[in-house]
Amino acid sequence: MTTTKKAQEATAKKGQEMTTFGLAKEKLTVLNTHVHNIDGVAKVTGRATYSFDTKLPGMLYGKILRSPHAHARIKNIDASKALALHGVKAVVTGKDTLGIKQGIWRRYQELCDEQILPVEKVRYIGEPVAAVAAATEEIAEAALDLIEVDYEVLPGVFEPMEAMKKDAPTIHEGVERNINVTRHIEWGDVESGFEEADYIREDNFFCGGQAHMCMETRAAVSSYTPEGKLTIYHSNQSAYYMQALMAGVLGIREGDIRVIAKYVGGGFGGKFELDGAIFCTAILTMKLFRPVKIVYTREEDFIATKRRTPMHYWVRTGIKKDGTFCAREARVVSNGGAYTGMGATALYLTGFFHSFPYVWPAYRYDGYRVYTNTLPSTSMRGFGAPQAMWCSEQQLEWMATDLGLDPIEMRRKNGHYAGYEVPGQAYIASCGLDEALTKTKEWIKAKGKLPANRAIGYSAAGFMSGGIFNWFDTPYSFSSAVVTINQDGTVILHIGATEIGQGSNTTMAIIAAETLGVKVEDITVHSGDTDHCPADLGAWGSRQTLMTGNATKRACEDAKRQILEFAYAKMGLNIVYDLDIKDRWVHIVARPERGMPWEELCKIATRGKDGQRIIGRGFYTPHRKGMISPAYSYMMQAVEVEIDKETGHIDLIDSLTAHDCGTPINHLGLIGQLEGAFSMAAGYGYLEYMPYEDGKLMNPNLVDYKMIRATEMPETPIAEIDTYEPEGPYGAKEAGEGLTNPTAAAIGNAIFHALGIQMKECPVRPHMIVQALKEKEEKDKAAKGAKKGK
Amino acid sequence: MEKRLITLIVNEQAYEIYVNPKTLLVEAIRDHVGLTGTKRGCETVSCGACTVLVNDMAVKSCSVLAVQCDGMKITTSEGLEVNGKLAPIQKAFLDNGSYQCGFCTSGMLMATSGLLKENKKPTKDQIKESIEGNICRCTGYNSIVRAVEAVARGEYKEGSV
Repeated sequence: MTTTKKAQEATAKKGQEMTTFGLAKEKLTVLNTHVHNIDGVAKVTGRATYSFDTKLPGMLYGKILRSPHAHARIKNIDASKALALHGVKAVVTGKDTLGIKQGIWRRYQELCDEQILPVEKVRYIGEPVAAVAAATEEIAEAALDLIEVDYEVLPGVFEPMEAMKKDAPTIHEGVERNINVTRHIEWGDVESGFEEADYIREDNFFCGGQAHMCMETRAAVSSYTPEGKLTIYHSNQSAYYMQALMAGVLGIREGDIRVIAKYVGGGFGGKFELDGAIFCTAILTMKLFRPVKIVYTREEDFIATKRRTPMHYWVRTGIKKDGTFCAREARVVSNGGAYTGMGATALYLTGFFHSFPYVWPAYRYDGYRVYTNTLPSTSMRGFGAPQAMWCSEQQLEWMATDLGLDPIEMRRKNGHYAGYEVPGQAYIASCGLDEALTKTKEWIKAKGKLPANRAIGYSAAGFMSGGIFNWFDTPYSFSSAVVTINQDGTVILHIGATEIGQGSNTTMAIIAAETLGVKVEDITVHSGDTDHCPADLGAWGSRQTLMTGNATKRACEDAKRQILEFAYAKMGLNIVYDLDIKDRWVHIVARPERGMPWEELCKIATRGKDGQRIIGRGFYTPHRKGMISPAYSYMMQAVEVEIDKETGHIDLIDSLTAHDCGTPINHLGLIGQLEGAFSMAAGYGYLEYMPYEDGKLMNPNLVDYKMIRATEMPETPIAEIDTYEPEGPYGAKEAGEGLTNPTAAAIGNAIFHALGIQMKECPVRPHMIVQALKEKEEKDKAAKGAKKGK
Repeated sequence: MEKRLITLIVNEQAYEIYVNPKTLLVEAIRDHVGLTGTKRGCETVSCGACTVLVNDMAVKSCSVLAVQCDGMKITTSEGLEVNGKLAPIQKAFLDNGSYQCGFCTSGMLMATSGLLKENKKPTKDQIKESIEGNICRCTGYNSIVRAVEAVARGEYKEGSV
């Protein structure tokens, strides 16, 4: 085993050197320099306009009537009184639609289970039932009260364990025991693995839901252009998905719909499925031939979008006395809520990333996603992995402590490494875990002894750089880019990626500038518009830097090759010479002082092309990269936490993030992603709680739903660990999501080290700490008593 | 309810508008004056996306009625730049990457501008407190704090882009 590991490491290292050899020789001029986001000025001047701000001539305002029942049959809807209200232009219900059941897992008919305006049945509180368009938002809202819906209320079921029982209500006809999706992952001989283990531990965990809580709530404006093309401004993470999904439910061709997502006020995994805003505005616009706008209130956004998937986890782990991992087995039952959405992917990814970032000789995972009459659950930043790490990383910490081992060294001993293959699943080409462990250890050591009730917890994790799976069944490349060179040297880049604040347009501008040898300010980026940009799966699963980045790089290489032909001809060079372009200077690589300005070459090339501008095309679809992702990032999150034993209040004191994102492309953007992921993930660990009672969310507002505020945020020093990922553009991989994975578990581990209590449910609320301390005290007392009795 | 004619001096320009007495200041700015830099993220005065300066004080514009601000001086994010020259706080936000999706940015700029008008040398805790009522879901706040600290240190001169 050791020899194999060493040999693999050596091969991988050699591979890396070979790959980096050319790069090391190449001087990079733009990559990882201090670059402002190219949309920065628009955003700091208030000039950026979002779907929320969109206003068109003659625009009407829409509102959605929502179900007050968790489970009910719609017997009749009478909108006559609403329609009689002055200013109301239309009311639509499921009967005004084609009634097509849709879902983002388009390849699988049985997982397309959601009508945005249901025809027969509602399955959760807040589900759309009807939509109104009126002259003003106030009139539309008043009209909602006048719509009479006759419901036959059905018994509901809200917890997955209940919903799986034989006599539970049926939520979707024909779905046995309400089991929506099952997933199985297995490698190695699990039974033998456990036989070899010296220490086996089993735990049950529960991980709650979490609201995406994008600052811009769901918003859409549907309209027809003067020429008659259906055009929708929509706050989303994938303009292409929206275009394709809307074509499906409207029964028209994709090309007859244009979706524009120019500025998007956050996504976090919640904005790439159809929502009520886009669907209802389109139905109303098609009926009235006028623009219609719907913006969700914050309450609607809480109760009727989707949420992070709540999961019940059972984990059994076998370890040898020296800390060598033998086997792991996990079972998950997730609360799917009313519909499938992206929940099916989350169910697979949680099982896969539960094994991360370690070498398990034997591993088995079984996941069950169960329908309930609650808000559907879906993808959210981390995509099932934060739940997985909450359970895995705490249990490993407890086991290391029980065995008297150094938990960091135990992680190192079993950690992934470059050259490792997750059996049948993934190939790890670059891995900075080892260095991340070292950085964490150094930071903890420098901290020294901490005061009482204060401790450091940490957690490791890894994540994907985009998904390989194609349940959407797209016939297009996963990412595409078109680059156009103007005669004056300016460059226009069209990408299908969606900029949602993560800075993807800036990342692509940097990659384009680096590849072409120009400056970032030479590049104009167009994205998030299905009429003007090539198809791209969009912003989810941390895919754009690697996938759209590769497409962009290839498009620019294509253009550069074309344009350099003219430079060769013009300069009359011996063909053994290489030409390159850096900082707008076209030159001989061996003699950089000999060359010509970029803009001069652009003029020559345009003339030489009979007046045609040079256009480069690039595309990327992962091939032969396993089941999950072309590349994986690695990280450690450490958090110093202080707990008030009386109240159970948790205070985040300090933190350290050690993160391997391959080669960074945009330094400022990278820091922003890591700090932002930390705040969202820490909130998941101890603040962000979604309590339901009989299917009703009890805190659908920003007073009662707690999130990290500026005063609660600790310092966030970052140890950047640079590796080189051969599959990524210039060696880059993901940075947007991965750090959402370890943080909650790090807080859990800090609580364990500070107070000796094991928290199995997240988010950890103060009363749980008080209760756990009380139980521990009683247990300790009983143990002491028993000792005395002896 | 009878509409009222009021004057709002928004970004040094007087606007005479007819508003329903129930109209919130944020609605007057967005829907009547027509400046959309000021956002809304909630209905409970919890998120701060609508923060503006009213007579140089940071105020959540969803928490006051437009009629209460009759004759008052309002500054929105659009009013920070002068003839295309960015204000120090805007430049600091750019340099520190203090925004991502940008939806909370106007509110953050105005809350911190309000602080800096009151206190030219705020401490880190004072900066954090000044934006405690503003939610940013993207950045984790620290880059915003760094930007305000940079302005307080005098790293940016007025109108010097």
